[in-house]
Amino acid sequence: MQKPAPPSSREGAKRVASLVPASASFGVAYGVLAVTAGMGVLAPILMSATTFAGSAQFAAASVIRDGGSVLAAVGAAVLLNGRYLAISVAIAPHFEGSRLRRFFESQLIVDESWAVSQVGGGRIDRRMLIGAGLLLFPCWVGGTALGVFGGDALGDPKRFGLDAAFPALFLALLITLTVSRRGVLAAVAGGLIALVLLPIAPAGLPVIAASTVCLAGLRRR
Amino acid sequence: MSTTWLVVLLVGAFTVAFKAAGPVLLSGRELPLRATGAFELLAPSLLAALVVTQAVGGKEAIVLDGRLVGVGTAIVAIRLRAPLIMAIVAAALATALVRAL
Repeated sequence: MQKPAPPSSREGAKRVASLVPASASFGVAYGVLAVTAGMGVLAPILMSATTFAGSAQFAAASVIRDGGSVLAAVGAAVLLNGRYLAISVAIAPHFEGSRLRRFFESQLIVDESWAVSQVGGGRIDRRMLIGAGLLLFPCWVGGTALGVFGGDALGDPKRFGLDAAFPALFLALLITLTVSRRGVLAAVAGGLIALVLLPIAPAGLPVIAASTVCLAGLRRR
Repeated sequence: MSTTWLVVLLVGAFTVAFKAAGPVLLSGRELPLRATGAFELLAPSLLAALVVTQAVGGKEAIVLDGRLVGVGTAIVAIRLRAPLIMAIVAAALATALVRAL
């Protein structure tokens, strides 16, 4: 589906360009939800800039809105973001330069930038990840600011089907990337585990449980 | 400190640490050979789980709605060798259409 292009940050940005409307409008939706939850103006924007992970932020804001405890809000968000620990360790060897530079570059890791920078065999191209992250970051943070200040003039992004953009991207990448028989088996197992746990486990856990499938790939000594 | 700020600070700290852990502490080292086989399988298993949770996920429930039509449209577009951007736009359009009907 994708022509093999020379990996670059521009190529990474190009690959997530189709997600710009979805990312920005869900940023707006998060800003609106955060204001209704009573989070104020500065906190939601700061959260988008530091946490930079949609699902965890939506979960935390919902708990705050419903009057839940700090522990409940943080617990839900940490569970949802636990997958980033696995991703971060798995792609660690591809980062280079000073410690400070690696720190800042690592903050551009989100599902979408990680997914589009895959070059096969579990390896990623760091420049593509950075290009994709650098495009999505201002969309998400800017969208949040718009939502916080401008309210919900855009309406529900779901009306425009934008919530279907994310599974479509992940599926497209899954289909193009998964070539080996082991990969297909891992995808089927991961998908089934998520599907079974979805109705019974707290949000975030199905994805973490599914990613443990990869441990089956540990090579024997 | 208010609940909001505690949550923002704690969630932010955890997430920043999760994302930085690998690149800051482990980069420049070759990962043990045993682990490379596992990392190969992380992308397919995690991507499949994200597809499932984002296509049919709801509040601790399975929700079948217009998103499925969108994902189905994306599969057709990919099979027809459409570029990535077309597949995603088609998915959003199909979902919006179903919801408008």
